[in-house]
Amino acid sequence: MSVSSVSPIVTTQTMPTWRQKDAEPFVRIEQINKTFGDFTAVNNVSLDIYKNELFCLLGGSGSGKSTLLRMLAGFESPTSGSIIIDGVDMSNVPPWERPVNMMFQSYALFPHLTVEANVAFGLKREGLPSREVKQRVADILEMVQMGHLARRKPHMLSGGQRQRVALARSLVKRPKLLLLDEPLGALDKKLREETQFELMRLQDELGITFVVVTHDQEEAMTLATRIGVMNNGEIVQTAEPHEVYEYPNNRFVAEFIGNVNLFRGTVVSDERDSAAIQCDDTNGLIALDHGISCAPNQLVNVAIRPEKMRIAREPSSAQNNSAEGVITEVAYMGSQSIYKVRLLSGKEVRITQPNSHRDTGERLTWDDHVYLSWDADSSVVLTS
Amino acid sequence: MKNHSLALKLSAGFGFLFLYAPIVALIIYSFNESKLVTVWGGWSLKWYVELFQNEQIMNAAWVSLKIAFISATLASILGTLAGFVLSRMGKFRGKTMMAGWVTAPLVMPEVITGLSLLLLFVAMESMFGWPAGRGTTTIVIAHTTFCLAYVAVVVQSRLSSLDETLEEAAMDLGAKPVSLFFLITLPLISPAILSGWLLSFTLSLDDLVIASFVSGPGNSTLPMVIFSKVRLGVTPEINALATLMILVVSVAVIAAIFIMRRQNRFQNP
Repeated sequence: MSVSSVSPIVTTQTMPTWRQKDAEPFVRIEQINKTFGDFTAVNNVSLDIYKNELFCLLGGSGSGKSTLLRMLAGFESPTSGSIIIDGVDMSNVPPWERPVNMMFQSYALFPHLTVEANVAFGLKREGLPSREVKQRVADILEMVQMGHLARRKPHMLSGGQRQRVALARSLVKRPKLLLLDEPLGALDKKLREETQFELMRLQDELGITFVVVTHDQEEAMTLATRIGVMNNGEIVQTAEPHEVYEYPNNRFVAEFIGNVNLFRGTVVSDERDSAAIQCDDTNGLIALDHGISCAPNQLVNVAIRPEKMRIAREPSSAQNNSAEGVITEVAYMGSQSIYKVRLLSGKEVRITQPNSHRDTGERLTWDDHVYLSWDADSSVVLTS
Repeated sequence: MKNHSLALKLSAGFGFLFLYAPIVALIIYSFNESKLVTVWGGWSLKWYVELFQNEQIMNAAWVSLKIAFISATLASILGTLAGFVLSRMGKFRGKTMMAGWVTAPLVMPEVITGLSLLLLFVAMESMFGWPAGRGTTTIVIAHTTFCLAYVAVVVQSRLSSLDETLEEAAMDLGAKPVSLFFLITLPLISPAILSGWLLSFTLSLDDLVIASFVSGPGNSTLPMVIFSKVRLGVTPEINALATLMILVVSVAVIAAIFIMRRQNRFQNP
């Protein structure tokens, strides 16, 4: 899993809008709730999305992310709360009058219409003159490289081609806000990667605000300017991709995104620029290079990513931030190896190490006695 | 289609024989020269010629076709609406009852349907003077009633298998409910409506029992005329007529099957 890469599209020189304090949000979701009978699908969600963002709603199935998207499109109305898009309250605006288009997970291409007619459908509803409709349809089909298949019916297209038609159809009306429901879900790996970059390019070129729903953390990491992680109908963290990965604010986010080792411990000291946690799992102290503003003796979880731990045959010179154990499993993956180590306390830990040197015959293997170590800035303390 | 055991082939052959032998016999005898139905007298088209010169039969055929066309059309419109309500209105008070009403004619014995409609028409005539007497109008109403059930069932099943995101996509692209219906929903369910129409047409054309109850003098449908003629003895003319009816009905049914099959292929590429 290559989730460690940081979003490559934060390229603007100025500070991104979502970091500016007084920026006006483009989409404002205010304390929205949605219940179906006894089931609460979306629970008190508030969220601001700014112009030109590519915002990812990330979560497992049943986390409420699709319901939230459907409320933005107008297919579901919130039980309480409000949605404001570009300054207009959407409460009483039906789907056909919203400045929003959606690309469906199933693509939802009209099977009885040709590619051309599918794309033209939205423009014709606006009552545009037929010459302009024709021109815009031709342009957008050219852009998604489907011009040569314009007269085909959807059932004569491959999955990737259908997906591009669906994308063209949702873009052709130049919506202010484009919603994408698992846009890459049905594609194979190679097409997914191509499309990811295509989406990012389009977003750059057209300056549309995107909201993408996905369950795939890798997809969210590559695409998004910001990620909203959802669980049980709530947004548990909203942050830029590298923040979500490096500084998860709770246990769910840490475990949902990438792999993580969690150690339970008690806070023994908490200063402004340092803290220490006594941890039974590692039989030692975990030292941090920042304060955590916790109560003394508070029970916390310390999260350390597998790639931030070092593994060696010799003990490290440092006293803290180390542990000792036996390798129980090794997986050689080419560019990196994954080790599972059972610590003296019995705790299982996962470590990934890049294979930066060619095999010298001294590779770590099953049942080797090893020492683990990590830096003071590698661990994240989770209080919830 | 290979390596089937002899027993399977035999039972298939027997099944075909059982179903089609009577029809084939009828068709062959319709080309019989002889005046006696059971005696073969060589090939001839003479009974077809006689048939087309028989004014009573021709009138009845015209009445039947007219009734079948009108009631199939009315049943398609009303049945589509009923199918829509059943599959799209969600849960509402009396939904089970409505579903029951709509499908009742499918299982109700025709004698009972015919009798109850007759009583209704008589009561209505004495109360508001309409329909005045019994004739084409009452047969059309009766046929529409039971054909509607078939259309409703076909349309409802089509609608519930229809991907609802298609309609959402249309709304999302700016289609208001009316244009959504005519541009997306109707084209997608039109094969179901068309096959419902064809089915209704053949059912109406075939019906003897209900029509006998609700028709009046001078408005005999074709099955009624055949039935009354056959009671006086089967003439070769009737064989010719039956052959033509088989032709019409088969074409309609095959067309219905073809339309449904084409639609399935089209929906699930």
